[in-house]
Amino acid sequence: MDYHSQIDINENSPQFPDPIRSSSTHSIQSKTTGGHSLREVSFSELGPTSVRHGSRGAESEGFSASYKEIHDDDARLIYINDPDKTNDKFEFAGNSIRTGKYSVLTFLPRNLFEQFHRVAYIYFLVIAILNQLPQLAVFGRGASIMPLAFVLLVTAVKDAYEDYRRHRSDKIENSRLAWVLVDESFQQVRWKDIRVGEIIRVCADETLPCDMVLLSTSDSTGVAYVQTTNLDGESNLKTRYAKQETQMKNLENERISGLIKSEKPNRNIYGFQANMEVDGKHISLGPSNIILRGCELKNTEWTIGVAVFAGRETKAMLNNSGAPSKRSRLETSMNREIIFLSIFLCALCAIVSVLHGIWLRRHKGELDLMQFYRKIDYSEAEEADYNYYGWGMEVFFVFLMSVIVFQIMIPISLYISMELVRVGQAFFMIRDNMMYDEASSSRFQCRALNINEDLGQIKYVFSDKTGTLTENKMEFQCACIGGIDYSSVKGGVEDSQIGNLGRDTATAISLISSSHKLKVVSTCKSIIISYLVTGGEQVLRPKMKVKVDPELLNTSKRKHTNEGRHVHDFFLALAACNTIVPLTIETPDPAVKLIDYQGESPDEQALVYAAAAYGFMLVERTSGHIVIDVQGERQRFNVLGLHEFDSDRKRMSVILGCPDKAIKVFVKGADTSMFSVIDRSQNLNVLKATETHIQTYSSKGLRTLVIGVRELSSLEFEQWQSSYEVASTALMGRASLLRKVANNIEHHLGILGASAIEDKLQQGVPEAIESLRTAGIKVWVLTGDKQETAISIGYSSKLLTSKMTQIVINNNSHESCRKSLIEALVVSKKLPDAPSGGSKNCKHQLGLIIDGTSLVYILDSELEEQLFELASKCDVVLCCRVAPLQKAGIVALIKSRTDDMTLAIGDGANDVSMIQMADVGIGISGQEGRQAVMASDFAMGQFRFLVPLLLVHGHWNYNRMSYMILYNFYRNAVFVLLLFWYVLFTSYTLTTAITDWSSVLYSVLYTSVPTIIVGVLDKDLSRTSLLKHSQLYGAGQRQESYNGKLFWVTMLDMLWQSVAVFFVPLLAYWGSNVDGSSLGDLWALGVVVMVNIHLAMDVTRWYWITHAAIWGSIIATFICVIAIDMLPFLPGYWAFFHIVKTELFWVCLSLITIGALLPRFAVKVFVQYFGHNDIQIAREAEKFGNSRRYTQTQIEMHQIFDLPQR
Amino acid sequence: MSSDDGSSKKVSKKPRYSRFTQQELPACKPILTPALVIGILMCLGIIFIPIGLLALSASENVVEVVDRYDDVCIPSTDQKVGFIKDPATNKTCIRTFTIPKKMRKPVYVYYQLDNFYQNHRRYVKSRSDRQLWNPKAEYSTSLCDPEGQTGDGKPIVPCGLIAWSLFNDTYSLSKNDAALQINKKDIAWRSDRTHKFSPNVYPKNFQNGTLIGGGKLDENIPLSQQEDLMVWMRTSALPTFRKLYGKIETDLEANEKITVTIQNNYNTYSFNGKKKLVISTATWIGGKNDFIGKMYMAVGGTSIVLGVIFSLLYVFKPRPLGDPSYLSWNKNPALD
Repeated sequence: MDYHSQIDINENSPQFPDPIRSSSTHSIQSKTTGGHSLREVSFSELGPTSVRHGSRGAESEGFSASYKEIHDDDARLIYINDPDKTNDKFEFAGNSIRTGKYSVLTFLPRNLFEQFHRVAYIYFLVIAILNQLPQLAVFGRGASIMPLAFVLLVTAVKDAYEDYRRHRSDKIENSRLAWVLVDESFQQVRWKDIRVGEIIRVCADETLPCDMVLLSTSDSTGVAYVQTTNLDGESNLKTRYAKQETQMKNLENERISGLIKSEKPNRNIYGFQANMEVDGKHISLGPSNIILRGCELKNTEWTIGVAVFAGRETKAMLNNSGAPSKRSRLETSMNREIIFLSIFLCALCAIVSVLHGIWLRRHKGELDLMQFYRKIDYSEAEEADYNYYGWGMEVFFVFLMSVIVFQIMIPISLYISMELVRVGQAFFMIRDNMMYDEASSSRFQCRALNINEDLGQIKYVFSDKTGTLTENKMEFQCACIGGIDYSSVKGGVEDSQIGNLGRDTATAISLISSSHKLKVVSTCKSIIISYLVTGGEQVLRPKMKVKVDPELLNTSKRKHTNEGRHVHDFFLALAACNTIVPLTIETPDPAVKLIDYQGESPDEQALVYAAAAYGFMLVERTSGHIVIDVQGERQRFNVLGLHEFDSDRKRMSVILGCPDKAIKVFVKGADTSMFSVIDRSQNLNVLKATETHIQTYSSKGLRTLVIGVRELSSLEFEQWQSSYEVASTALMGRASLLRKVANNIEHHLGILGASAIEDKLQQGVPEAIESLRTAGIKVWVLTGDKQETAISIGYSSKLLTSKMTQIVINNNSHESCRKSLIEALVVSKKLPDAPSGGSKNCKHQLGLIIDGTSLVYILDSELEEQLFELASKCDVVLCCRVAPLQKAGIVALIKSRTDDMTLAIGDGANDVSMIQMADVGIGISGQEGRQAVMASDFAMGQFRFLVPLLLVHGHWNYNRMSYMILYNFYRNAVFVLLLFWYVLFTSYTLTTAITDWSSVLYSVLYTSVPTIIVGVLDKDLSRTSLLKHSQLYGAGQRQESYNGKLFWVTMLDMLWQSVAVFFVPLLAYWGSNVDGSSLGDLWALGVVVMVNIHLAMDVTRWYWITHAAIWGSIIATFICVIAIDMLPFLPGYWAFFHIVKTELFWVCLSLITIGALLPRFAVKVFVQYFGHNDIQIAREAEKFGNSRRYTQTQIEMHQIFDLPQR
Repeated sequence: MSSDDGSSKKVSKKPRYSRFTQQELPACKPILTPALVIGILMCLGIIFIPIGLLALSASENVVEVVDRYDDVCIPSTDQKVGFIKDPATNKTCIRTFTIPKKMRKPVYVYYQLDNFYQNHRRYVKSRSDRQLWNPKAEYSTSLCDPEGQTGDGKPIVPCGLIAWSLFNDTYSLSKNDAALQINKKDIAWRSDRTHKFSPNVYPKNFQNGTLIGGGKLDENIPLSQQEDLMVWMRTSALPTFRKLYGKIETDLEANEKITVTIQNNYNTYSFNGKKKLVISTATWIGGKNDFIGKMYMAVGGTSIVLGVIFSLLYVFKPRPLGDPSYLSWNKNPALD
């Protein structure tokens, strides 16, 4: 990740200020503002990866972005309602999309071009071309091209099929219909015919055909709601605005004209910059004025807009790119061995060519006459050398020829096998029922196909908290109103039960038996009520139920007490001070309608639902007013002003004109920012009490918000209004002006209270963390939450235990950070050097808690080293209040200093940087949109799936892949060596006794299928054992299945086996009348049988498929050899039938197999029996272990991993 | 976009359960238990040692007479190559030897060449299989160079270095002054006679060049009857090889004196090759070769030794299989 994109992350995520980096950002900004051409820094610098870093914060930033002159060179001029003129000078992309890569004509060249991007194919190609030179033609032309052709064909067919599917979906997409203004009336036009500049009308629930700037909507204030599920996966509604200037116009009758100067198409779905010129007025357009292709219009009858980006230039299409490509650790370390093999290959070739050179020298005088060399050609009138190019060239040609003959020493087929195996592994991961999330009905997704095996080697897990460890389903838990704590709900079993019930729909609630309700009441002093509003005949009911504290409910009804008024205002604030849009949903019962609160923040949703439960139901919201049903009485509040949440203020406010003509500003925000604007002189006691309660709440892991209110005098209001108008129409620096206006009004607030929202832990999280810990994986939690909240979640998720020594680093300066790091290191050194990894005897576990501010001073400075030293001593690290970029920084801290594999898991846009930084990135497809998923390598529904993913699939994948790589090295090398030994007996000319076709088919057909089958299917241990003994995962972390030692041992074994397979027939037939073809057949069959039995020896689980593959391969080889020997035009015609009749053939074949594999067998038995290998012991336990104990663990596992699904 | 195809549908995407997709197919999980290991090793020993003994005895039963004649059938001059190349000289050479043991019929007569690389790349490739079978393909000589066509462009049939270098020493055997019939019929493979060397192809322009490589062929006999050529064109795998010259269909008694009249025509002197005449019986393991027997004994013996070693280890250092206390994390860390 380069530094530019780091800056961008910071800019796009204003929730987390980061002093060091923001200063650098600032410098860039000031540089650009100095110039006249005010290009948007962040987005123009972004480059193609920009969108991954985008976060929701960008929207508010972009919205308030100041008016910027877009330079004509960078602008795209769109004449509204004049597509001809718009497309006159520049031909903008039409709206037809083509996700298909190829057309019928371009398929062949383009596909080939793309395929040859792989080095492996180039190698193939070079070898094949070399072989076409007449001097070097070792193999027949057909035989040499076949492997390459085969691979190319398979890939091409795969690509063609995928492309066909894309073409088909393109066609469907392109022929959808949209209403376009043609000659002053709207006509239906196919999507592909829409042009930039045209005016388009979209009706409710329709999908947008292109990116368009809103001109007007059915709502008089110009609001439109869109759902962006197709774009970023967020299912909530977003508000978009038409500018008042165009909203007024009746577009169908009066011909609108104007000019939009917009930025060039880019991928940032949260940014848009444009100016519009209508009727001589300059209007600036921001991201809230554009609706993007792929979104759906909701809750708005119709909307009219002008197309600005079409087809491939739409943001949706620009974002339509594949998953990032990473290379697996195994593949990287495999390269080292590939280099060894290349050296080995060169050495073999050098040996052959040197020996050949010596041979030629020694027989120099004889070459002319020698019957088997015959250097001189007498057929021509003049005697000339026949195919002899001089000694040096002969040696050189022999070298090249030996490269061709020994080419498969570099196991190119391995790359193809690996891809196939990964596809197979991905298939099983996707289909695994254990990783299927019923709640969101989402399967496991493999987005990156080439790092499956990395899952078996993870050492560090970096986890986000909200939405990853927790469900990100906020539940209003309790409140402190006017200093009084209303938190009667105690934690416990019943609590979660209620929680579950609360999430059900109203119909489910009514089914609860009265006895159950009583029980709930008696234990928890709280009831679940479904608050009904009867408006005429209609009954309105909030979609979600919230458990209600009866005491608070009663208080809220006593309007005239002081307390009651407080409560009243508090809930009014909850209902009003937000950006939630209420939607009414029809239910089967026509008299009942459900209200669904749509909003971008789950916290706000929870608060509004809570307010509704207490009788303050938000019924309607437009840009001008809101209607709240206050305990049965509908009240209309005018929304006079709204200051959106921004990261500097960390609060939002709304100015309401109440029905009683009072004007009040309600402010809601984070405690730190709120306490500074609350009037301390007024209710110091209340303030103190609230502060204590907030402390308690956050220590329980609740998320708190403080709410304040102030009544405005009409003078004050007018002052605000005028300054607001100035600020909101300002052309320069609008964002900061608006912020200033907001700050001016948000002060001297009276405190109303504080709310506490629970973010429930996901199912199975503590168990999962425990499993990961015993597996020797360090789990680090990186969260944006407060320290207290983070620690409490740490406890509830079993991350922190009471036995642990906690080191808290919480500093404000570089110096103090250094000091506390040094102190902490001293503390950690004083503790006995206990081994980590969850050993029971280890008494001194260390937990490090560090906050974002300290990290600011530590990361990117010399203190990093100390932090790393400290962190690696700690069992648990908890980082709180961290910015997205810091998350990536922490991952990088580990990644750059150790070889250990890192995994980052998160669900939100703020986790994107970390997901991309880590070796393996996992996205949780949860509540917070799809950006994390889009950036991830794997995506899944729940955190706990990490356990089966890593411990089971990761382990399997790693073992399978490691074995497959080693086996492929061995398999190809043994064949090459077999050829090499023979070359030594042919006066170092590259004759192969084995036929060309068998040589080529060897790695393609004779031995490839079993390795792939074993690579996909073989399991060293069952799922149950792997989950029971998490520690078995350590094998992957210690790289036990693939390492240099294993490679060399394998190569030694290979050497012996090649000697056995070559010299047994050689010596058995030495000096006999055997012919080359027959002996070649024996060698070919011998090596194939040996190699397959070698594989069979290592298979741990024999499925019928495995049997079929291994024995089938041997049989297929026999069939192929027979078939080749039945071709009368080959020299080896009928050779197989001659040699197979002799007993000596079979005697040799069995001697080869047994003799070659006996040492391997002995070593294997010895290592298995005395090596005390954990996997081996667990495997034995699986087979012979106590069956009673075995079933018990199965039940236990079910408890943890298969909790009853809702 | 295509990846999101299903998301709009509210159908459960739960993967359908099958034992295959959950990787729960029934499987056999062989474990190398001590009993199994010792069993396998002992079985190997028990099978291999008898086979080895059988092979040794078979090799022992082969009676073989090898007589190198290239060095003695030539005047001891420095002009060996000149001698052999001169068509005018008399190259007849008479050798005698005694049969050491009774040889049962059929007795095979081989010629053995040493240091002749019939597997040399240039040599192996220099042939045209099409030409041998198809009378119309006599011009497909592109692979046969430099013995593809005569100087004036006529095709050589059979072309190529292999045919050109046809072995042309002849042997006539006599026992006690009575001629011993050598049957030269059916010495080549039946498949070659019926499917590779055509009865309709006759030798043409063969061995007409300036450089004579070896034997000549009777142009009136079709290739399908030129069995010496067929035998020769089955190129040998190794630089030391025997080729069948003929069969003697009578038993040869021990101590019988055999006289061989050799026409020493073939030039092996230019590359220091050796020529040997071999008279041998055959058994199931082919000719005389102790290697297979010894190897079988060695492998069988090793298996038994390993089996014994493992038995002893299992007895003196037993480890209960699948005992969880052997798992590394269950062991007492103090012992680590």
